[in-house]
Amino acid sequence: MKALMFGWEFPPHILGGLGTASYGLTKGMSLQNDMDITFMLPKPWGDEDQSFLKIVSANKVPIVWKDPEWNYLNSELNGRLSTDEYYHYRDCIREDNSKIGTNGIGSVEFSGRYPNNLFEEIHNYDAVAGVVCRALDFDIIHSHDWLTYPAGIHAKHVTGKPLVIHVHATDFDRSRGNVNPAVYEIEKRGMDEADHIITVSNLTRDTVIYRYNIDPAKVTTVHNAVEPISKEIEAIQPKRGTKDKVVTFLGRITMQKGPEYFVEAAYRVLQRTNNVRFVMAGSGDMMDKMIRHAAYRNISDKFHFTGFLKGKEVYEMLKSSDVYIMPSVSEPFGISPLEAMQVGVPTIISKQSGCAEILNNAIKVDYWDIDAMADAIYSIITYPAMSDFLKTEGKDEVDEIKWEYAALKVRKVYDMVLHR
Amino acid sequence: MKSVCFYFQVHQPFRLRRYRFFDIGSDHYYYDDYNNEEIIRRVAEHCYLPANRLILQMIKDTNGAFKVAYSISGVALEQLELYVPEVVDSFRELAKTGCVEFLAETYAHSLASLWEGDEFELQVKEHSKKIQSLFGVKPTVFRNTELIYSDEIGERVVNMGFKGMLSEGAKHVLGWKSPNYVYCCANNPRLKLLLKNFKLSDDITFRFSDWGWDQFPLTADKYMDWVAATPKEENVVNLFMNYETFGEMQGANTGIFDFLKALPSFAAQRNITFATPSEIFDRQKPIDSINVPYPISWADEERDLSAWLGNELQKETFNKLNGIGERVRMSKDRRLMQDWYYLQTSDHLYYMSTKHFSDGAVHSHYSPYDSPYEAFMNYMNILSDFIDRVNSKFPENVDNEELNSLTLTINAQEELINKLTKENQKLMKELKSSVAAAPVKTGKKRKEMV
Repeated sequence: MKALMFGWEFPPHILGGLGTASYGLTKGMSLQNDMDITFMLPKPWGDEDQSFLKIVSANKVPIVWKDPEWNYLNSELNGRLSTDEYYHYRDCIREDNSKIGTNGIGSVEFSGRYPNNLFEEIHNYDAVAGVVCRALDFDIIHSHDWLTYPAGIHAKHVTGKPLVIHVHATDFDRSRGNVNPAVYEIEKRGMDEADHIITVSNLTRDTVIYRYNIDPAKVTTVHNAVEPISKEIEAIQPKRGTKDKVVTFLGRITMQKGPEYFVEAAYRVLQRTNNVRFVMAGSGDMMDKMIRHAAYRNISDKFHFTGFLKGKEVYEMLKSSDVYIMPSVSEPFGISPLEAMQVGVPTIISKQSGCAEILNNAIKVDYWDIDAMADAIYSIITYPAMSDFLKTEGKDEVDEIKWEYAALKVRKVYDMVLHR
Repeated sequence: MKSVCFYFQVHQPFRLRRYRFFDIGSDHYYYDDYNNEEIIRRVAEHCYLPANRLILQMIKDTNGAFKVAYSISGVALEQLELYVPEVVDSFRELAKTGCVEFLAETYAHSLASLWEGDEFELQVKEHSKKIQSLFGVKPTVFRNTELIYSDEIGERVVNMGFKGMLSEGAKHVLGWKSPNYVYCCANNPRLKLLLKNFKLSDDITFRFSDWGWDQFPLTADKYMDWVAATPKEENVVNLFMNYETFGEMQGANTGIFDFLKALPSFAAQRNITFATPSEIFDRQKPIDSINVPYPISWADEERDLSAWLGNELQKETFNKLNGIGERVRMSKDRRLMQDWYYLQTSDHLYYMSTKHFSDGAVHSHYSPYDSPYEAFMNYMNILSDFIDRVNSKFPENVDNEELNSLTLTINAQEELINKLTKENQKLMKELKSSVAAAPVKTGKKRKEMV
């Protein structure tokens, strides 16, 4: 089976969980022998792992007919696309995209991030999809997250092939309910047009059904999984400068992640014990507010901010933690608690996280229940049996959550949509 | 002639309230009164009262041919007395018929039988005392918490003077042997054993209303056929179950009460009688001894202790609890003793079981907690507070032995003081009366004498 996937992020250059999930899922699917995946990205960097799928660079595909000089073309393509492929794509231009600003070889530039002119990029990406879907042979279209829904719909209309959309998040999660109407419109249209919808948790599935009024029969949950940790990460030594226990919050410091509940829980724990420190790692628009809040609670000496952590630093931080906490207000899935459990850190997650649906050996609390959160932190740092047990059982559990299994479920959806 | 031996377990734990760590040291009340009252009232209404009424009626109708045995834990009795005393009255009425036997067990429905030291014996004594005070009979047969049994426990039980004990007919212990005989303890053959016929018991407890079961619906006629169909030499069929089976686990609408009601007449047709454990022990000799080096119980598929002591959380809790025991007993503080019993109840450990992640939902079904971790957190917070309270009674740095000898000395001295005061008072009185009897000369003189 051949699948054409539309995505926005792919490791190693990722901005959020979407890239990690795209990578894991496609890698898991590639284990199926007859699976052939083509993955379109707005702006690949060239160092992506292409051993198990083929990446199409949207920013090299021509959408306006131009006849560039050979050497110039080659330098522009920069190896992301062969000239043969370029000419093949050029032969498949059927639509008039002349209103879109293109470069010398007739393709559009993408930032590959989430810029201010995001809607323009989504639109351009859509135009590229129109060319790509005519040029390639495939059985099914698979769009990852709302940015690529228009592209998926476009491809579906052109080829008549079924469209599966993968909801990694909805705007309800990102905005705590105050949705952006323009985003909602794109999401809703994608869901309406899709032949089937895959959500990353039942929580998201409910949002899709109730907030977007989608027929439940059309929505299937496929929980995310986690990649096994590599040897390099395993070899990372924790850095510990303090004998105190360390409780870590790791993620974007935004409204969605519930950082203020963490500060409040920390305040409660510190009223009782002294041998504990709290770390808020990451950055975000609520960081300054949180610094002020910690100061207001008079716990700044025990409450630390690290700023944004990259790659290896993330695991250094995790490995030197005694507790990992994710008090998200609304989390479609949340892979990071799984990553914490992989390195043997006892984990507390909010019941409003999608991953809570599949994790047994993590402590679950309501995000607003700061008393319960404080209690859970206290228990883990005070009762060794608890933390030891969570460590070993949590690791065992998470080692069994594999992308391979998630991929099989996605495959089932494909087969169902294609009536195979 | 075959006999059916019915035994019902009546037990309700004192469920714990949500106890946060900031409560440690400031609040010493641990129980969820609302929940406890609500549950025991509900169970009493659905099960205890109607079932007791029915069984009393059955005993009367059969002129005492129908017999049952109960084991009611001390903590359950306390809750019944507190919230639904009419249940205690109805048990009393059953006791008066003489067709009902009450069995001994640990007061707190605890796992004390697994500990060394005398906690186990003390609790059994306490429970027997309670049964005697309420129902006027002294138990002679023992039933350990959740039918936990091992050779060692059997030995301790016989040393307390019990003639018999009930346990589980676990397959890994019995092997090819049938549970439908009287057995005896391998360490001390004076202790006779009745083993649960788990197939026939579970047919009622778990499968009665299961319409996916190929024998559904289960009728009293068919059931007695099964009992009668056991080989002729096998003459006891032990049906041990939770009392809540009637009306709670199997609701009244499933017809469970009618099923029970119809049993005696169908039994009579097949010449099957009913008997209490002590009757069977008096009547029959054991056919063989059984070897149980490791404890068995009636819980889960494994029939071992893994439901209570299966993971590290449970073991840690259990050991912490054991560690403080001696000091609690030494303190002789009534409130501490009370909490000590309530906290020992095995259900608290059961809630911490992580087994249900893989198999069935029986554990989570009964648990007031969302997860075993929550159960552990809550319990440990309470236990920490409890331990602090116990330790505040005595200086922590004095070890138990020294403390024991010190308390002994103190107690002995107190006794001496009491004795001397009494003697003093007695002499005073004598003196007074002799003075009063003697002719009074002057008031002044009398005052001086006093």
